[in-house]
Amino acid sequence: MKEIICIVCPNGCTLNVEKNGGEITVTGNKCKRGEEFAVSEMTRPMRTICSTVKTDRADIPVLPVRVSADIPKEKIFAVMDEINAVTVTAPLKRGDTVIKNVLGLGADVIATSDILSRN
Amino acid sequence: MNNYDVIVIGGGPAGLAAAIQAKKDGASVLLIERENRLGGILKQCIHDGFGLVRFEEKLSGPEYAERFIDEFNSLSIEALALTFVTKIKKNGDIFEIHVVNREGTAVFNCRAIVLATGCRERTAKQVFIHGTRPSGVFTAGTAQHFTNLLGELPAKKCVILGSGDIGLIMARRLTLEGCKVLGVYEAKPSPSGLTRNIHQCLNDYDIPLFLSHTVTRVFGDERLEAVEISRVDEKMRPIEGTQQTVECDALILSVGLIPENELAEELGVSMDSGTKGPVCDEKLMTSVEGVFSCGNALHVNDLVDYVSESGETAGAAAAAYKNTERTTVKLERGQGIMSLVPQMLDLNGATSSVTVYFRSADVLNNCALIIKIDGEEKFRKKYAFLRPPEMERLVIDFSAFNLSPDSKIVFETEVTSV
Repeated sequence: MKEIICIVCPNGCTLNVEKNGGEITVTGNKCKRGEEFAVSEMTRPMRTICSTVKTDRADIPVLPVRVSADIPKEKIFAVMDEINAVTVTAPLKRGDTVIKNVLGLGADVIATSDILSRN
Repeated sequence: MNNYDVIVIGGGPAGLAAAIQAKKDGASVLLIERENRLGGILKQCIHDGFGLVRFEEKLSGPEYAERFIDEFNSLSIEALALTFVTKIKKNGDIFEIHVVNREGTAVFNCRAIVLATGCRERTAKQVFIHGTRPSGVFTAGTAQHFTNLLGELPAKKCVILGSGDIGLIMARRLTLEGCKVLGVYEAKPSPSGLTRNIHQCLNDYDIPLFLSHTVTRVFGDERLEAVEISRVDEKMRPIEGTQQTVECDALILSVGLIPENELAEELGVSMDSGTKGPVCDEKLMTSVEGVFSCGNALHVNDLVDYVSESGETAGAAAAAYKNTERTTVKLERGQGIMSLVPQMLDLNGATSSVTVYFRSADVLNNCALIIKIDGEEKFRKKYAFLRPPEMERLVIDFSAFNLSPDSKIVFETEVTSV
């Protein structure tokens, strides 16, 4: 039996996960998302990441970004390398794509602020 | 033209929500912000997890703030940025707000004020760290400002003192950007931050958490070179002989937040020792008629969703404010309650649906929140657990309790089974 903390929402439920052959049973979750999280955590842990990309503007040197969908946990630093290689020159808006389908993981890196288009 | 129904001081999530609500309710509104852009601390909180309660989405701080800024702009609410309130005077029923900005000084008049001034971080001096004064000692918020707004990494190898949420978030953020985080040291025997942040910010990146440890000394002349770490006893006193020196170029402090209430204090607002914010009634009006408080100035929140909610409550009440007499009764903190908002009820107001926020003083399992009125239990809610870092919210119908100004209303916790 393994104990994991659910990170889906601020409740932070303590999940008890039991693996019986191919079968995974989860207890301690207050909702369905907790069960999904536990199963994913035992098979292929996924995470979201948030960071910044460089811009060409002195007054706003960085633009905040995040991935549009969770990525495999073991790819976090590889995705960070991609994010750190980018310099944004267009006045992107919130939600605009910065890197399409990053490393073929099925998630885009998107802008999370209108700061460049508004200022 | 300098007259408004409501003036909101502070353009973070609480102030934005208050201004939007007051405007929607028909008030003329001015928002005053000392920084150059609206959004408050959310501008630099680029991590996600905001808005799960309100929008059922995991937004980053800027995304959450900008949803409110978009609405604020669409309502054409007036705002003054880079403007600092220097003084507030009460002149009969009217408040005079004195400000300074690049145009010079000005005075604005209003009949209700919403204080949405947020909170400040505790600093190294407030937690008694001795030694030299090298550069490289930052609060977590300052490190966050450097990293997320200026794009400058403030450390290569750092130690984090305190396990508050911003410290945990920064441990992950600095690690992602290539800084080695040697460890998070917490003087208390349990973490201060949310459990999910311990997991996703520390455990995911193999950053060790040392409980019952603190920094007792800093070394270095120009730049920080090392810190001395000691174990502490249950009274958080360093234990002699347990010192160890850890080499690092930065010490990042996440040792607590204190509501910022200089303006409130100047107005003579009564303060609460539990929240370190103003004593408020259910409409979030302080002890001074016409002065409302919300967000982290009222009490430090762990979820922005509740900050916005309190802003809306204060904004609506400020818009509707008429100088009518209050008949107040106190809500008291009893056994096991660290903080409680509101701290009083206006029995002349609507008390049938009052939003109450509280924190327990200790980690409790299988427990209950109990409200006793004149010694008799009138309300009970069970909890699987209560943890001091996690603020609880509930809505209570006080109108059912036949309250009078002399009622003794006490909130307490009880462990129901061990």
